[in-house]
Amino acid sequence: MIVAENISKKYGAFLALDALSFEVEKGDICGFLGPNGAGKTTMMRILTGYMPPSAGRARVAGFDSMENPMEIKKRIGYLPETTPLYPDMRVAEYLDFVAELKGFTSRDERIRRVAGVMEGTMITSRQSSIIKTLSKGYRQRVGLAQALIGDPEVLVLDEPTIGLDPKQIVEIRSLIKNLGGKRTVILSSHILPEVQMICSRVLIINNGRLVASDTISGLSAAAGRKVSARIKAPLQAKEDLLRIKGALNIVAREEPDGALLLDIFLEPDCDIARWRAELVSMVGEKRWDLVDLLSSAVVPLEETYIRLISSDLVKSGDNGGEEAAGERSADDRESHDITYSGDAD
Amino acid sequence: MRTIYTLVKRELKAYFHSPIAYAIIFMFLLISGYFFFAGMNTYSLASFEISKMAERMGPQELTIAGFVIAPLLGNMSVVMLLMAPLLTMRLFSEEKKTGSIELLFTWPVTDFQMVMGKYLASLMVVAIMLALTLPYAGFVWLHTAPPWSSIFSGYLGLLLLVASFLSLGLFFSTLTENQIVSAVLTFGALLIFWIMGWTSAGNTDWFSQLIVYLSILEHFHNPSKGVLDTRDVVYYLSFIGFFLFLTLRSLEAEKIGG
Repeated sequence: MIVAENISKKYGAFLALDALSFEVEKGDICGFLGPNGAGKTTMMRILTGYMPPSAGRARVAGFDSMENPMEIKKRIGYLPETTPLYPDMRVAEYLDFVAELKGFTSRDERIRRVAGVMEGTMITSRQSSIIKTLSKGYRQRVGLAQALIGDPEVLVLDEPTIGLDPKQIVEIRSLIKNLGGKRTVILSSHILPEVQMICSRVLIINNGRLVASDTISGLSAAAGRKVSARIKAPLQAKEDLLRIKGALNIVAREEPDGALLLDIFLEPDCDIARWRAELVSMVGEKRWDLVDLLSSAVVPLEETYIRLISSDLVKSGDNGGEEAAGERSADDRESHDITYSGDAD
Repeated sequence: MRTIYTLVKRELKAYFHSPIAYAIIFMFLLISGYFFFAGMNTYSLASFEISKMAERMGPQELTIAGFVIAPLLGNMSVVMLLMAPLLTMRLFSEEKKTGSIELLFTWPVTDFQMVMGKYLASLMVVAIMLALTLPYAGFVWLHTAPPWSSIFSGYLGLLLLVASFLSLGLFFSTLTENQIVSAVLTFGALLIFWIMGWTSAGNTDWFSQLIVYLSILEHFHNPSKGVLDTRDVVYYLSFIGFFLFLTLRSLEAEKIGG
């Protein structure tokens, strides 16, 4: 449904997107994930035909974004990040205007369509309010209604839940989730649980490059598993443990009582029982004190995400993703690259 | 066509949902009403004077068209010079400022439809303003037959003149997201077009002739006297076409530049 081939976008000398390629199947709900300034909005603007790419091609619903932008515009619904509506218009009047532009020429049909979409986005009670008097949450929903009104095959939503209160977030999420299947949805977000909850696929973008492209479960599986241990040992024990086959990365934290709290990330195909046995034998050899050994767990998406972003940071030597980088320890930054690389797929 | 109609409707609503259109129309009517009154006053005084001296001075050229309508149209054109930038300043600037241009660019609307929607809406506001001054002719009717042909060609000329103002203003509104900057640039540019012929008037070399030809005021002399010359109409239509073309190019550049 959506194909991006080597899309690059330059703003002057700044390279916002660097040869990005991906595909989204019909009916998928695909999440664009990435820190601020990663290029999510730029990518969406290119897909919607708002701006042309500097290089590469984008195809939406079988049409090329440069050759047939009008055909794409007829089939797409777009909610920009800032939800720019016309503040002086009334809700129903605004939606009626957009419906007319999107080809609902008959007045009766338009009235039915507007009423239906207002129902779906729960704004019927505000239909005669002037848009500028609405709260952020309602404005966001009018923006979503505007995107839905043309009954589009493809929906592009730039941070659809930003600025909403928790109850509204839940409502909007379930609304978007119900749109999948029939429609292809692309949404951007930097809220991980949200993407996990709504999306069937994730594209992780950082510094204009694609870091990962997978399903949620695939992403977790590829990220491997995690063992947590608390050991009374010198800090340098981390290096020793990394030598055991199968360890990808260890995040160590020193506790007040001198113990080390270790988060050990293992390769996806690593035999965990064997690894744990080797850990225990090494503790015996080195005369450390094993305080606690927690059972292995699937690496949470959040950690996978941060590790993907940070390993990418090391590679590019850039500090573009400070927000994500700030939360990590220095240990993490010198981590080994995990098996996911920039050219997934 | 349908799309342009939809866009025009929305732009007109935007004009009349805010006080802009009302303020501009009110002030325009107030000022042009004063000019009409003053013109009629002068005319009646003059005709009284002349009737007293008719025996001595012989027949005089004293018409409503020359004494009331021509100065009125001239004065209205100056008021429009001041008002037109205020009508066009928000057209694209506001959309750029609020970001709604991003949605506009992703709706199934071509650049041409976008430009025509905004342009025709502003033109309709002007047409409404001019139509509201037509009752003045009705007052003339109370006393004598109004010079309909002069009025018709004069108004058509004025509409073409203001349509030119609007096309230039529309172009400048694509250049900036600041409405004040858009209005100032429009007013400045219009004033230059207005006065550029002054220094060259009377010179016969080709450059002076060209400057005089390009001057927007030069082409309003005939229409204000009730004469609609094809040359003037061609000038105004090319002026409008040129600036609408620039507007389209400017929108395209906007998209590529991001």
